[in-house]
Amino acid sequence: MADFDDELDASGLNCPLPILRAKKSLTAMDAGKVLHIIATDPGSVKDFEAFSKQTGNELLESREEGGKFHFLIKKS
Amino acid sequence: METKKLAIIATKGSLDWAYPPFILSSTAAALGYEVEIFFTFYGLQLLRKKLDLQVTPLGNPGMPMPLGMDKWFPVLGTALPGMQSVMTMMMKKKMADKGVAGLEELRELCQEADVKLIACQMTVDLFDMDSADFIDNIEYAGAARFFEFAGESDICLYI
Repeated sequence: MADFDDELDASGLNCPLPILRAKKSLTAMDAGKVLHIIATDPGSVKDFEAFSKQTGNELLESREEGGKFHFLIKKS
Repeated sequence: METKKLAIIATKGSLDWAYPPFILSSTAAALGYEVEIFFTFYGLQLLRKKLDLQVTPLGNPGMPMPLGMDKWFPVLGTALPGMQSVMTMMMKKKMADKGVAGLEELRELCQEADVKLIACQMTVDLFDMDSADFIDNIEYAGAARFFEFAGESDICLYI
């Protein structure tokens, strides 16, 4: 797992909350910083891809581990 | 990148139909869209300070019934007194268990993200509704106001 600056645990939350919370966390961060998001909603995999594409915040990593989904997003 | 625009007309006032406008708007706002929702007819219920929305199995063949109840009394059962509050309770519990956001929370997130909420003035007058019952920071206007934004929108939905 690469380094990150902030972490957001969105476990147990369903669409669209992981995206909304991630957006909120990113807003509070400086450009270039990396946010680590943990989610349990399987839909979040495609959602974070789409979020990254549409907002320009780069999705550095997306992987599953023990039923949890981990994302690293770099604020643009 | 030019800002995309989402325009929604919300016309329904039941618990299940309250979700699409708020879920889609809050998500679009998080993606950087500019969003306006025009609430008309029963959709105005979604702007009340105190949300008391219900869901009913009556006349809704798509609604899953708990414990296979629908096999025992298919149509009449759904008309039983109290069935609506039972189903509303069950739906709310299921949503909470599955981590689905509450409507008030989604609505607040929309307002925080500057989603514009517009109440249809004509319907407010038609049903003698009191603007004191509605949440703050909403606009009252007519269909022309909606088209002003909808005409320039990238996505326009009728819900």
